Amino acid sequence: MDTEEYRDHPVRSYVLTSGRAHPSRNTLRPETLVRAVESRPVLSTAGRLERELVQLCQGTLALAEVAAYLALPVSLVAVMVSDLVDAGNLTIRSNHQAHVLPGKDILEKILDGLRKL
Amino acid sequence: MDSASSDRPVPGQHLAPTVARSVKILVVGAFGVGKTTLIGAVSEIDPLRTEERITTASVGIDPGQPNKDTTTVAMDFGRITVTEDIALYLFGTPGQRRFWDLWSGLADGAVGALVMIDTRHLEDSFEVLDQLELRTKIPFAVVVNQFPDSPDYPLERVRAALDLLPETPIVECDARDRQSAVLTLITLVEHAMTFPVFQKVNA
Repeated sequence: MDTEEYRDHPVRSYVLTSGRAHPSRNTLRPETLVRAVESRPVLSTAGRLERELVQLCQGTLALAEVAAYLALPVSLVAVMVSDLVDAGNLTIRSNHQAHVLPGKDILEKILDGLRKL
Repeated sequence: MDSASSDRPVPGQHLAPTVARSVKILVVGAFGVGKTTLIGAVSEIDPLRTEERITTASVGIDPGQPNKDTTTVAMDFGRITVTEDIALYLFGTPGQRRFWDLWSGLADGAVGALVMIDTRHLEDSFEVLDQLELRTKIPFAVVVNQFPDSPDYPLERVRAALDLLPETPIVECDARDRQSAVLTLITLVEHAMTFPVFQKVNA
């Protein structure tokens, strides 16, 4: 048994989110599009990862992309993104409610787009 | 993933500023069936990977994981900007529902799922299909990935072996080929359009 081995990740994740496992909003999905609010400086109390996250989002990215680039789990990034939306540093770009299925009009546009690939 | 040893990809591939909406399709199937290959064939970005932690009590699929209290399960994904305002995300995940649940909201709001099948290991897909049919209302299409040594079964025999509903599409595909992979997506979206749940227009 290698019980002496130091494992850093599980604890670190909770520290990053101040001990919370769930975001302050439940509308975030892996495909939710987010973008930094340019006019809003990041609070001086924000950590290195929060700054890095906002920096990444100078253009539009999905939550899952942000997680992949930061090499952090989506679940953890959802908590951070949610906080940064609350703080006004990020905005949710996808202008629909996440739990609403796309309508037929959207599917038709997707089909047209796929047929042109 | 042949670019250097860094596990942190170089960012910078932002969506166009006109993109204001995202939709997703799940690419599900057993380990090694070609999910990431198909995603990579159509994605406009190199496929990305994100991981979630899972306790070994619920593992049993991904080989090569040593015995530990926890391990990680990876999700590879890609993206296609299909119109100037819509980005389509393709999320590859092991088929079992317990894996989807690792990524909160992964199945919610999905247009549908591509279920990838390797005819050399048909039995690997039974659990995936059962879950999709019994536990979700997600439209799905079955994609038979052609490997060089795949037996040459007629699709109707595969359909019968998998006990698919008559309306469920089944297509052959070379997951490495972009056009072949695009056709599977078109088949799925066309099928999804027949579902009442997508009929309404939400302007």
